[in-house]
Amino acid sequence: MSTAIDTPAAPATEKLTKKALTADHPTWCPGCGDFAVLNIFYRVLEKLQYPHENIVCVAGIGCSSRFPYFMNTHGIHFIHGRALPLATGISLSRPDVHVFVFGGDGDGFSIGGNHLNHAARKNIKLTYVIMDNFVYGLTKKQTSPTSPIGFKSKTDPTGSIDRPINPMRQLLASGATFIARTHAAQVKHMEAMFERAILHDGFSVVECLSECVMFYSGAFDDSTPRKGGTYDLIDETQHDVTDETAAFKLAENLAPGKFGVYYQVNRPTKNALEQKWIDETQSKLGGVSQKEILKKRFEAMR
Amino acid sequence: MSSVSAPSSSAPTSLRNAVIRFAGNSQDGIQSIGGFLARLAGRTAQEVMTYMTIPSTISGGPSIFQVHLGSGEVLHEGDEADVLVAFYKHSYQNHIGSLRKGGICFYDTADMTAEDIKQDSGIIHIGVPFTSATVEAVGGSTRDRGKNMFVLGMVCAVFNLDKEKLVGIVSRQFGRKDESVLRNALLAFDAGFAYQVGDVEKFAFVPGEAPGSHRISADGNQMMTLGLIAAGVRYGSAYPITPWSSIMETLRVELPKYGGIYVQAEDELAAVAMTIGAAFAGHLAITGSAGPGLSLKMEALGYASMAEIPLIVVNVQRGGPSTGLPTSVEQSDLMQAIYGSHGDSPRIVLAPKDVEDCFYIALEAGKLAKKYSCPVIILSDQALSSRIEAFEEPDLDKHWVEPELDLATRPADFKPYPLDAITRHAPPGAKMAGGKYPIATGLEHDEMGHPSGSPKMHTLMTAKRRNKLVQLSKELPLPEIHGDTTGDALVVGWGSTFGPIKESVTRMRSEGHKVGAIHLRHLHPMPAGLGDLFKQYKHVVCVEMNDSGLYGYGQLATLLRASLADPRIQSVCKTDGLAFRIREIVTGVEKVMSAQA
Repeated sequence: MSTAIDTPAAPATEKLTKKALTADHPTWCPGCGDFAVLNIFYRVLEKLQYPHENIVCVAGIGCSSRFPYFMNTHGIHFIHGRALPLATGISLSRPDVHVFVFGGDGDGFSIGGNHLNHAARKNIKLTYVIMDNFVYGLTKKQTSPTSPIGFKSKTDPTGSIDRPINPMRQLLASGATFIARTHAAQVKHMEAMFERAILHDGFSVVECLSECVMFYSGAFDDSTPRKGGTYDLIDETQHDVTDETAAFKLAENLAPGKFGVYYQVNRPTKNALEQKWIDETQSKLGGVSQKEILKKRFEAMR
Repeated sequence: MSSVSAPSSSAPTSLRNAVIRFAGNSQDGIQSIGGFLARLAGRTAQEVMTYMTIPSTISGGPSIFQVHLGSGEVLHEGDEADVLVAFYKHSYQNHIGSLRKGGICFYDTADMTAEDIKQDSGIIHIGVPFTSATVEAVGGSTRDRGKNMFVLGMVCAVFNLDKEKLVGIVSRQFGRKDESVLRNALLAFDAGFAYQVGDVEKFAFVPGEAPGSHRISADGNQMMTLGLIAAGVRYGSAYPITPWSSIMETLRVELPKYGGIYVQAEDELAAVAMTIGAAFAGHLAITGSAGPGLSLKMEALGYASMAEIPLIVVNVQRGGPSTGLPTSVEQSDLMQAIYGSHGDSPRIVLAPKDVEDCFYIALEAGKLAKKYSCPVIILSDQALSSRIEAFEEPDLDKHWVEPELDLATRPADFKPYPLDAITRHAPPGAKMAGGKYPIATGLEHDEMGHPSGSPKMHTLMTAKRRNKLVQLSKELPLPEIHGDTTGDALVVGWGSTFGPIKESVTRMRSEGHKVGAIHLRHLHPMPAGLGDLFKQYKHVVCVEMNDSGLYGYGQLATLLRASLADPRIQSVCKTDGLAFRIREIVTGVEKVMSAQA
């Protein structure tokens, strides 16, 4: 594949700073947990120093899915629930770029639930941050797939009656190769989780509890120490992150649950397996040009 | 079967064309022998068009394969068969009506006796022990496997076909399998070839006209796939659905040779999303499906119109709605292709006219998607997908498009959505000289891609997206007219009806009517100037395989009436899941002409 050569004077590679990464001012409500997620993401990118032009931010629909507008990187704001398959298309066709997907609990566990399962089992190389607030915020307070039983919303005025999804168990069952849980109010921990997720070679996903102050204020008080809760970290000297059964055990009760890396294993990515197939296929062709390959194909049809 | 010389007992009757229908069950391998004959026709400079029915069950069920072979131009699958090969009694009973008077029926004596024969039908019946002769030739353990090859050998002898070439084609097909498979196939073939069918007329085709340098035979899905590759497609994703699947299967296997990847997605929504992802990443990408799958892709296609993402979507139409007639032909997705989305979401819609055109339409779709930065839907159909035709091999030196990933640094004044120019996205990996990185979005936006709720901006951007296609409409050539350029009626078609319409117009003109035909390959937008062309005729008749609807007009006719406000536009429609026969078109057009005279 031919690649056009840079023509206009390309800016010299500059240090990637928060300033360079900042775009529009976020439209989130004051006090929204998502601000902290954005700030920590800037900080992690500053640390990793990827080439600016090789960073892509992808999102579906929801409050948190406005994320790409606030990042000065290549970005795409797609339709509700389909951010992961879209990101899959980018990741598989462009091994040179770093793909980051942002979304909420509706995008990830409801309308896009099936895509989460398949992107995870295929082990697509990308990092997915689910900003979970237990409520539909952009559409103004409907029950979400993670809303606890009894939560009063416009669609459940007498309290939610449907069993909520357990995100960690869902993700473990999906086949994701890096699964972590963090909290928007615990910035140091969040930074560590993001960094480990990004550096993982495979489908990495972080569930980040991020409070919606407008429609579900206090949702995460039980895991916020300054509000009397406990932030219970996973002790990795005790928990083997490659032990799937142990991870399922840790995920049994998620109110408030434990935080940290639940699971991490190395399994070949689809990106690598497809490339292996391409390499094997092409090596049998003896280096003939692409046009010649198609010409030969036509010859066989004569 | 039009004879050009009188039959004689010694020399074979020479003929210009013949329609042979094989009727059996789907596991009998009649598609294979039909395919062999079609490939042979391609190699001997004969024209060919095939037609098959496939039951929508997993295994078993009645199935046919019809081959129309000819020395001149073969434009349709044949209204009536000249020869019927019936594998079973039920095949005989269901298909004897498709045989012309004076035609020949070969039937298997294993499943039928002389008592089952329709008397006084004016048909020559010849009982042949397909099953027992095959078992005898190949050996007892194989039961009746291989009787298709026996039949092929018999047909080869009856029509004086080029045995050496035919055996070559068979050998290449079976040569990839176990050695014994080929040996058994050839044993059965030889037995059929040597079988004495008795006192039956033998035939030979007159030589085909000026054979081209390189003729190939292929079906529509094959040519579409290779056209996409030649157009520069290297990425995409899809979900299996009949009759689309063979395109994705072939892309899955072929694209790695070209360094590309074709992904089987978890569903249609993911498939179109992955394809948009690859397109956003700077590649020419393609998804595809059949009618129900296209419906599932619609939300994302609305996005692609809004975000101005170039991509190709192939829709191999079948009988609908819902699961409908999944293995039959229909042209009922035209409205869906053009309008099937939310909001005002302009996109380009094209339709190939025959198997060869599947290649060229894919090339054109690639060029248009890139030029106008929007989705392009190609409407193929079940008939095109599976029928085999012979034609000139495409000149790749002329048509090959080298894929290009444009990662050039974009200038400081780059705008992702300029109001005065067509969008040219800067894919990931492209540096931005101004330091401001672009975002592709489905929210209404300003020129920089910022979300905008401004009433004025939505009006301007909606017009921008629409005007791209208005511009294309002016650039499109008017379709070529077949037949009279002025007269009683103009027949208007689209898609796989091209051949039957052309043949029908030729027949009507030979009967004294002044008629012409045009075929629309560009359905949205249509070329500007069609209204003036229509004025040259007393009647305008749209022939299409869809329902005449609540108001009496098919989908193309409805669009033409709406855009041209010409009340003379009428419809000839049908929804039986079968391709048009010549006499159906001729009768339909004559009816329109007489009703309004």
